[in-house]
Amino acid sequence: MIEIKVNGKDYSLEEKPGEMLADLLRYRLGLTGTKIGCGEAECGACTVLLDDSPVLSCSYPAVKASGHAVLTIEGLAEKSPKPVHEEGQLHPLQEAFITKGAVQCGFCIPGQIMTSYGLLLANPDPSQEDIKAALKDTLCRCAGYSAISEAVTEAGAVMRSEGQITPREVPDSVHARRVVGRTAHRPEAFSKVTGEAKFSDDLQFEGLLVGRTKRTYVPHAIVKNIDVTKAEKLSGVRAVLTAADLKHAKNHGLVVNDWPILVGVGERVRYVGDAVAIIAADTGEIATAALKLIEVTYDEQPVIDDPVKAREPEAVQLHETGNLLKHIKVRKGDVVAGFADSDVVVEHSYHTAMTDHAFIEPECSIARVNEDGRMEVYVGSQIPYSDRKQVADALGWPEERVRVIGMLIGGGFGGKEDIMGQIHAALLAERTQRPVKVLYDRHESLLVHPKRHATQIHVKVGAKKDGRLVSVETELYGDTGAYASLGEKVLTRATTHSIGPYESDHAKADCYAMYTNNPPAGAFRGFGVTQSAFAIESTMDMLAEKLGMDPIELRKMNALRVGSVTSTGQVLHESVGLLECIDKVESELRKRVEGNPFDPRVSDENPDKIRAWGFSTAFKNTGLGGGAPDEAGADVELYADGTVQVRTSSAELGQGLCTVLRLIVAEELELPAEKVDVLLSDTDLTPDGGPTTASRQTYVSGNAGLHAAKAFKQAVRGVLAEKYDCTPDQIEISSGQVFICGRGMSFAEVYQEFKSIHREPKVRYVYQAPVTKPLGQGGDMHFAFSFAAQAAEVEVDRNTGEVKVLTIIAANDVGTAINPLGLAVQVEGGAVMGLGNALTEAFLTKEGRVITDRLARYRIPSITHSPEIVSFIVEHPVATGPFGAKGVGEIVSIPTTPAITNAIYNATGYRVDRLPVDQELIARHIHQDKFVGK
Amino acid sequence: MPTWKYYLLPTSLPQAFQYIQSHGPSCLIVSGGTDLLLEIQQEHRAPVDALIDVTRIPELNAIEVRDERLFIGAAVPLNQVSGSLLVQQHGQALAESTGQIGGPQVRAVGTLGGNVGHALPAGDGAISLLALDAWAEVASAAGSRRIALAQLYKGPGVSALEAGKEIIVGFDIPLQQVGQGSAFSRVMRPQGVALPIINMAAWLEVRDDHITEARLAVGPAGPVPKRAGDIETFIQGKTLNDALLTEAKQVLHTCVQFRSSPLRATSGYRDHLAEVLLKRVLSTSWHRALQSNRGRRQE
Ligand SMILES: Cc1cc2nc3c(=O)[nH]c(=O)nc-3n(C[C@H](O)[C@H](O)[C@H](O)COP(=O)(O)OP(=O)(O)OC[C@H]3O[C@@H](n4cnc5c(N)ncnc54)[C@H](O)[C@@H]3O)c2cc1C
Ligand code: FES
Ligand code: FES
Repeated sequence: MIEIKVNGKDYSLEEKPGEMLADLLRYRLGLTGTKIGCGEAECGACTVLLDDSPVLSCSYPAVKASGHAVLTIEGLAEKSPKPVHEEGQLHPLQEAFITKGAVQCGFCIPGQIMTSYGLLLANPDPSQEDIKAALKDTLCRCAGYSAISEAVTEAGAVMRSEGQITPREVPDSVHARRVVGRTAHRPEAFSKVTGEAKFSDDLQFEGLLVGRTKRTYVPHAIVKNIDVTKAEKLSGVRAVLTAADLKHAKNHGLVVNDWPILVGVGERVRYVGDAVAIIAADTGEIATAALKLIEVTYDEQPVIDDPVKAREPEAVQLHETGNLLKHIKVRKGDVVAGFADSDVVVEHSYHTAMTDHAFIEPECSIARVNEDGRMEVYVGSQIPYSDRKQVADALGWPEERVRVIGMLIGGGFGGKEDIMGQIHAALLAERTQRPVKVLYDRHESLLVHPKRHATQIHVKVGAKKDGRLVSVETELYGDTGAYASLGEKVLTRATTHSIGPYESDHAKADCYAMYTNNPPAGAFRGFGVTQSAFAIESTMDMLAEKLGMDPIELRKMNALRVGSVTSTGQVLHESVGLLECIDKVESELRKRVEGNPFDPRVSDENPDKIRAWGFSTAFKNTGLGGGAPDEAGADVELYADGTVQVRTSSAELGQGLCTVLRLIVAEELELPAEKVDVLLSDTDLTPDGGPTTASRQTYVSGNAGLHAAKAFKQAVRGVLAEKYDCTPDQIEISSGQVFICGRGMSFAEVYQEFKSIHREPKVRYVYQAPVTKPLGQGGDMHFAFSFAAQAAEVEVDRNTGEVKVLTIIAANDVGTAINPLGLAVQVEGGAVMGLGNALTEAFLTKEGRVITDRLARYRIPSITHSPEIVSFIVEHPVATGPFGAKGVGEIVSIPTTPAITNAIYNATGYRVDRLPVDQELIARHIHQDKFVGK
Repeated sequence: MPTWKYYLLPTSLPQAFQYIQSHGPSCLIVSGGTDLLLEIQQEHRAPVDALIDVTRIPELNAIEVRDERLFIGAAVPLNQVSGSLLVQQHGQALAESTGQIGGPQVRAVGTLGGNVGHALPAGDGAISLLALDAWAEVASAAGSRRIALAQLYKGPGVSALEAGKEIIVGFDIPLQQVGQGSAFSRVMRPQGVALPIINMAAWLEVRDDHITEARLAVGPAGPVPKRAGDIETFIQGKTLNDALLTEAKQVLHTCVQFRSSPLRATSGYRDHLAEVLLKRVLSTSWHRALQSNRGRRQE
């Protein structure tokens, strides 16, 4: 028996073989606030306190906790020295996490809070260093590490009765209005700090089966035979499906339907994560055992593991359309003439690694046939309507018979756009007529979902002696892996941004998006621009050096500004804050550093450490662009209690869409923010908001919300004008009330007015973003761009080559900062993600097989990597944006990598041209001939 | 198959051996489980019938001075090892290394017994134990024996213990005397597994500005944790200064050979880092030894 006290309550439970404490808490006691991010003792999401000491419940045997007291996030508020937050009881740590903006997607938050609580019990007044040491292995992919650190410090002070929780110091927007542009907290933050928030795996259903997928683990083969007879006979197995069972769609895909739902006999396996069979069984153990009983034989084929190889004429063609997904071309002027006209020419080649989103919440889909015979799919998805279509196609059902119910998303970053388990869960649920959960463990997540494209980029720039760019030419090879996913779009963005945020009369870019037998590559924060920015920004620094010019001056001279023409022929008419971003970062830099910040300096504390700054800029489109229709629908509805709900299917993945929509609608309706509720991501209840991608939510979905609110005002005016016999413009909406010729009426009364004439107090608006032009046609390829500049200070250990980033100064032009607090943590999280891209992350494969198939082998930045981050917000509004806003999500991350690698060059003379940075190569460079080893 | 069928928590050694006997060959000893449980879950090892958890056996949880040596129980959690004043006093290298293993949650359950039992050639705890001249106490149903740490290793990941039959009770190291000092250091890579690409621990005895005795352990410099005997003899009787360090580095290359591990470090980089660490651990131990001398004189 397990005798255990959990959150003060005694339990006496049967022992179960192999059961970990996390399983007991989550699945037996229903305490789903404790999260499982990796199951391999790496991420800390599952941290609970065992007799006041933080332990990893995912790898702590449940029996071992017998006789001990366990505290989970659900029990923390009761430990609070002082009661009650407006929504209920909170512990000071929980309150501080909300107030400081530390809560983003929220998935890691219970673990962060419990680890921090353990620290404060042992050390009531921790220093910054203590906090970093304690939280070292509790990872946050949204990377709100500075906010977390501040929250722990202040909560400690409250617990010692020495202080209180203060708002985070974030300036309001320069375009601030009543609520827009002023700090607001997430509507869903309370549930995220108490553990009540529900992610897919937290749902429980009667009779729930476990679905598992048989992966090929071979990168390239033809399937010769699949034998499932043994698996079917195993007791507890409810269904085994193979491609032979697919009666309708055989493939799925976001743009091209090239990704097999299941690979059948005689068909081609294109990567190790391809699925050949799916199983539903009573328990996870039975399902796993059954997977092993499935026998598959393969005729293995030569593996194409490199995009350049894939383009060779004799290469095997992986798809009917060949290995070339797309040749993407940018042409402006005449580069040959441009180079002839240049005084200096610099060229260099770069390689970037495949990287993984490593959202802390692995993929989970639950499907169930409901009482009306419809399919419900519960999933944290970035594109619910696309899931609905793809699931319906696979079932052969009309789309309306499928309902996708979006759950909270524990981080997405582009990695939750493609279908993962949604279709498999639905097929199994249809077959068994029982609810089926398909939850990936970290290993499967790493193996299967699309990555950031590995690229090879060659850049050639030509300039006049004074630094003016004349000609830029780039050539990119992008490894899009086994399937198209969003590969073409991503690499188009990589290509069109490969000239950098600069004006050059002559520009030419060619990109070959190639299929290979590597895991597919698709959307990932930055959408291809992360890669091309690294290449062009490194080359700009090389050019500055060759010209003997200050790298900031060079960038200023060539920076895009209002009136500039981009490499795709787009004239920029407004909202180009790049120069101001550069100025902001530069003046902070000059304030901090005497002399040239780009010169190496020996650290005062340790003569073996050399420091230097590096600089970089970036731009990134907002919205789909390139001629794709970009629209989003939103509903606004008034309820009897006078509150308003805004609904769209766009997704909240931690970036803060809920808050943004709430503020926009509250602003327009003149309501207090708390009166506006936001409902997202449900294909029955919310209109299609389009994909949550391309930094488009604030702009496109935000505009949908704004226009829906405007339309709702019109409707109110119409109804009341008719009833009270006045003109609509005699009806005024302000200060949370509606005034009819001066007579005030509450929103609750307005609701009654609608009902009394049998009108629904709700409107729908489908917003269409300005039309864009496809690449190659000139004109506006995008309706807005965000801009940024960053400076990074690194410290390199001259002996070992180890690199530490000390400080990042960032300036981002976001049009209007709708929610400055949310923006502040996006900036920090983006910079830390960029730091990971530079220093820690490499998703490795060998001949198509995945080496980094555990979180233990794929490192993402932890709080110990988190530098001081100084942020400036630049606000050049876009006329068509909601209150002037444009995209934020991606731009904040893009310049970080080249700022760091340029700093490394300035510190050591070593030019990083392959990501991630290899400290061994730095050490070899520093010691060159004295290097003892071979 | 579940990772285990029975998870047993004996509270005495005899009870542990009784469990071992009744479960026959399909049982394994587990301590913090931070290595073993993951290995089974990730199918690097077959699931077992029984796991015998040794963390509740009092003998394995002691840290105390016994017979002029410091005894550290094999099941003491790593954070208690690094936090122990006795360990800090008598084995700074061990306090330093155990304080760097994993993160706080791993250190709250992981143990020294497991670090040694896992038998990695660069286990951080093991490398410093080696430099501290540790001996292990190993018990079996037949009785107990003492064995020098180096003898506990057979190959990478393979200990000389009889699997599932022998239990490490603890380790003992000599008490630190005046004029002695030790140090540990390692270099990590920001990518890939959180194991050091190289680690090193030194222990020195210094009298009248001369090294009278030295021990140096290096990982991963072969299939098992390794002492660099040639260096130990070479620096003996000498004063630590830049010239000696320069020469010592040369000797190091003749007695320690590193392998290249793809994606982690070439042998050349390890050779280079070995020089860096040699200087670090020797200088720190030297200063600590001198400090303890001074401390003594002031008394
Ligand atoms: C996130 C993470 C980070 C890590 N970082 C490091 C690191 O930086 N440096 C490092 O060296 N290691 C590291 N490790 C590995 C591991 O945590 C340590 O080696 C730890 O000391 C193992 O102790 P344990 O008690 O958990 O071992 P267990 O997993 O319980 O056991 C390991 C092995 O030793 C055997 N064993 C354990 N105790 C005994 C005993 N008393 N008698 C006989 N055999 C026994 C077991 O049978 C098993 O074969 C890390 C692990 C994780 C998960
Ligand atoms: S550490 Fe337990 S879930 Fe990641
Ligand atoms: S808030 Fe930490 S992972 Fe998202």
